Amino acid sequence: MRWLSDHVLSQLQASVQLPDLAGTRYRAVRFLARGGMGTVWLAEDAVLGRAVALKILELDTASGELAARLSREAMVLAHLEHPGIVPIHDAGTLPDGKPFYCMKYVQGQSLDQSLPPTLPERLRLLQRIAEPLAFAHSRGIVHRDLKPGNIMVGAFGEVLIMDWGLAKITKITEDALHKPDTSLSIVAEHRPWPSPTPSDEVPPTAHGRILGTPGYMSPEQARGDSGLIDERTDVYALGAILRFMMTVKLPKKEASRAFNLRPLNAISEKAMTADPVQRYSSVQELSADVGRYLQGDPIVAYQEGVIERALRLYARHRTAVVLVLAYLIMRALFILFSRQ
Amino acid sequence: MALEAQGDVFPATRYSVISAARSGDPTERSQAIDAITTFYWKPVYKYVRLRWSLDAEDARDFTQDFFLHLIEKDFLESYDPSKGRLRTFLRTCIDRLFLNQSRDAHRLKRGGVPARQAIDFDEAERELSQMVQQPSSSPASPEDYFEKEWVRTLFALAVEQLRLHCESAGKLVHFELFAGYDLYLYDHQPKPSYASLAAKFNLSVTDVTNYLAFARREFRRCVLQKLREMTGSEEEFRREAQSLLGVQPK
Repeated sequence: MRWLSDHVLSQLQASVQLPDLAGTRYRAVRFLARGGMGTVWLAEDAVLGRAVALKILELDTASGELAARLSREAMVLAHLEHPGIVPIHDAGTLPDGKPFYCMKYVQGQSLDQSLPPTLPERLRLLQRIAEPLAFAHSRGIVHRDLKPGNIMVGAFGEVLIMDWGLAKITKITEDALHKPDTSLSIVAEHRPWPSPTPSDEVPPTAHGRILGTPGYMSPEQARGDSGLIDERTDVYALGAILRFMMTVKLPKKEASRAFNLRPLNAISEKAMTADPVQRYSSVQELSADVGRYLQGDPIVAYQEGVIERALRLYARHRTAVVLVLAYLIMRALFILFSRQ
Repeated sequence: MALEAQGDVFPATRYSVISAARSGDPTERSQAIDAITTFYWKPVYKYVRLRWSLDAEDARDFTQDFFLHLIEKDFLESYDPSKGRLRTFLRTCIDRLFLNQSRDAHRLKRGGVPARQAIDFDEAERELSQMVQQPSSSPASPEDYFEKEWVRTLFALAVEQLRLHCESAGKLVHFELFAGYDLYLYDHQPKPSYASLAAKFNLSVTDVTNYLAFARREFRRCVLQKLREMTGSEEEFRREAQSLLGVQPK
């Protein structure tokens, strides 16, 4: 029996955890992340010579609820072609029976790792998160697990929404997912991919099941009330992300700037109202209110007082106000001295 | 023990040394004790060297005593898998035996480990020296070291089993690739590329990928098989498998 050094032992432990990619076009490079459904690996696509990310279900079975959910996630991604949604390249089953899909390898950091240093930058980022979300909603897909850890800011500053494993698909897109679609860029190379049969569709959105992340999960989602889940569920999560952005400490220099945070708190509160009907009806509405705040306009979610209104107008038209005031003072002084 | 045909499934055989060591069949019992001795002698020896600061000679005697007690005193009869891991139980037995012997000021020096395997205490000493020379890799406590040695032994035995398996299946190249890429042949050297391995073994890069995948798959099974033998309960086995290999039970 040969003695294994610590170095070899750790290397060995890492390598035996590598996914079995025999017979595929991929070579595992290293472990990236572990999620609720499986693991994500950095791999090399040997045919195209590029880095990709493989999401692999941990269980070696192509059937069952989790496999169906992974399959569904792949289908959802394939139908959501948007610069803010990570593109999928391929899907299939590995030789050891584990379902997987291959997606773009995003180099960057998630929002829980890094946030822009200034509040306006954070708010503009929030608006950019709303764009792919709005697109998904227009296709009848609700993310249901929106949180800082699932939002990546890539190397070029691009914003990508990740992890669509809990996505709820409304009936409009549901039909489309069952028809063979020529635009669907999935190539099941190896073994039959578990197709989302009607029985597979039930578990991910079944009534009474609680799926999501506490803190970002709407009350209807926490109750498992799937009938009430629609795009306002994502509005709630986006409101929670806004709150997160406001809560995470700003750098000292930025924090010393005076921001009236009440309107932002109001936006967050409106988005996170327990009753979905009282929330913004769409992420675009929320984003528009944030935009109004950034421009110094009155926002929908907040009824400002006279002083706040004056201060806001002053902040927005500071130069003009200063010039007018300077003119009035000079004029007053002129009149005063001319009388003497 | 049959190996599964595919996947990281758990070995179908539910063989555990614990049940075998408690068996009424003397042959089965003897084989189980042999297996435990093979697996544990090094962790036990190194542990008492560090934990109780025994010199090499006393540590040898104590290690042999310990395994004799394991048979004669039926230590394993009192092991309850629901209360903890097998190796934690054995470590407790080591400590208890040592304290009893110290209290009685009477260390039995009967010699003769019951295993039929060769036990090379000098080898264990060399390994200990290596550890001492590399303080950065030293574990926080003797207990941690015992754990680490346990894992090391598990993997080392699995490597040996893989080698034998590949030899008997006529797939020695698979093992050599595994040894070259994942094991000691290139220890502390930059990892070779698949292309360089392909050139060295006169294979295509695709073959290297596939052969390595095969070897890793087999190696996982060997580790799981050893793990199955050396754990006291199904729950412990699954927990260890998850921790060591990232394998989840179905």
